[in-house]
Amino acid sequence: MTSNFKSNISRWSLRYIALGYLLMLLLLPIGVILVRTFDEGVGAVIDAITTPDALAALRLSLLTVIIAVPLNTVFGIACALIMVRSNMRGKSIINALIDVPFAVSPVVIGLALVLVYGTQGWFGADLAAIGIQVIFSTPGIVMAVIFVSLPFVAREVIPVLQEVGDDQEKAAETLGASSWQIFWKITLPAIRWGVSYGIVLTTARALGEFGAVTIVSGRISGETETLPLFVQKEFETFNSVGAYSASMLLALLALATLLALNLMRRKEN
Amino acid sequence: MPETQGHGIEVTGVSKDYGDFQALTDVNLIVPDGSMTALLGPSGSGKSTLLRTIAGLEVPSAGIVRIGGEDQTRKPVRARNVGFVFQHYAAFKHMTVYENIAFGPKVRKWPKERVKQRVYELLDLVQLSGLARRYPSQLSGGQRQRMALARALAVEPSVLLLDEPFGALDAKVRKDLRTWLRRLHDEVHVTTIFVTHDQEEAMDIAEQIVVMNDGRIEQTGSATDLYDSPENEFVMGFVGEVNSLGGKLVRPHDVEILNHEAEGTVEAEIDRIVKLGFAARVEMLTVGEKGEVWAQLTRTELEPLNLESGQKVFVRPRPDAVVKEDTGVLEEIFKEEDPPASGKPTGVTPGLPV
Repeated sequence: MTSNFKSNISRWSLRYIALGYLLMLLLLPIGVILVRTFDEGVGAVIDAITTPDALAALRLSLLTVIIAVPLNTVFGIACALIMVRSNMRGKSIINALIDVPFAVSPVVIGLALVLVYGTQGWFGADLAAIGIQVIFSTPGIVMAVIFVSLPFVAREVIPVLQEVGDDQEKAAETLGASSWQIFWKITLPAIRWGVSYGIVLTTARALGEFGAVTIVSGRISGETETLPLFVQKEFETFNSVGAYSASMLLALLALATLLALNLMRRKEN
Repeated sequence: MPETQGHGIEVTGVSKDYGDFQALTDVNLIVPDGSMTALLGPSGSGKSTLLRTIAGLEVPSAGIVRIGGEDQTRKPVRARNVGFVFQHYAAFKHMTVYENIAFGPKVRKWPKERVKQRVYELLDLVQLSGLARRYPSQLSGGQRQRMALARALAVEPSVLLLDEPFGALDAKVRKDLRTWLRRLHDEVHVTTIFVTHDQEEAMDIAEQIVVMNDGRIEQTGSATDLYDSPENEFVMGFVGEVNSLGGKLVRPHDVEILNHEAEGTVEAEIDRIVKLGFAARVEMLTVGEKGEVWAQLTRTELEPLNLESGQKVFVRPRPDAVVKEDTGVLEEIFKEEDPPASGKPTGVTPGLPV
């Protein structure tokens, strides 16, 4: 009886601590943004996010996501397969390298890209000679975003692959399936939720990346400004409606991917 | 079914090492076409490795694997046409029972109608007809195992290989399923090898039993061959029950109890007499070495001896008994693991007579 009572208390207090923590750090700030966004009415919000600069920022952000996410998904799955299923030498090196984007500050990543691809960098001059500008242009932004969001899919998929084991794949092999058929019909369906979750995280990170992008973009309004950069510019120029509206847009895009995942999951169950 | 006694599977001089570890050493085995063979041995004896080598899931370091007379040693798994049933079913979790069974025929590009027909045929054969649209997670262990079997059989394999097929099931289901497997085999006649560490299972349904230990084949033969004429100490101890008596291994029903000293007897004290209907078990402790020995007798043999617990008797192997030197090999093997489900190691714990 008493022990039951005690465990009830500890369970409740644990629950409230967790909820309170989430409330103070997550829900409250996001909620405030939503409320403050509409301080001056819906019209002002729509005006703020339909300026040419805002639309350009949205377009650039979506473009980077559309390029970066599929590339990192393919790369992440391939990495995970190598890490878990193959006996390749140098696995530990790959394993360590995957985590570099997590370990290194995004600003440093941005600087490194400038050093390599900037006009003063290793390849920058050669690339400029054939008409490709990487830094202060879209390719640089996309590269920065790919770099910082690289580990998510691999890190989500590796444990799932390990847990699933290779029994099903071996069974498919004995039944006559080729490696390609095994991947599409057995492996991918088995790891689909790991992949999906990795995609959601990659998308969120790609949309929200600020540090690395701010270095390589040059922040040319209407050209090399992504949504987070746009938010900061609006904020610095005391255009709070613009800053809040764009923030809300960012938050909604990320939430939409999360929601899409949950809907897919629910549909399956 | 044509009665050709060809060689279903032929394994010649197969060895397999993983670096320093020798998993198989010079294994030679012939499995007659259409027969059922059991690979029996303790864990780590190499029986699963041998099965996987035959399937092509492992490539041998040396030797040749022939299936249907054809050298398939280097052939990839998918081209071998073997049906393989994994110990933990390896069910495709995201597919229904129907889709699981249809997988092999589909990847082999069978026409749609034929796939459907074959799947329903097999669902019927393994008695899962009503469950075609279930997912593996909605099946019991026994049903999952039957689904795995149907999936393996769907592609009309030339050989069926089963890795500890009943290992993950409880005792009752295990027994039912093995009788059922035997009946199924009589029906489909596909050359079958299954791996087990349970001697009763092997003796019950296999025509040929291959006893393995430490990566080698100790003996191949029928249950009777192995029981009546074991080639060595290991086979004697692993197949059937044994006692260690005066440095020799002897079967419990070959232990003779006398009330006087005679040639080759060892003195023992009766610990317990257990009457089990027709049979009786006399448990004894040998004087001096304090070894446990038990004898299996019929009630008619027991009664004239007038035995009671605490009594001093003299025991020896019967003159015509199968006897092997006890060099301690068995103790060495069994101390590392649980004894096989129904096999009794060297008279350490007397159990129920077979």
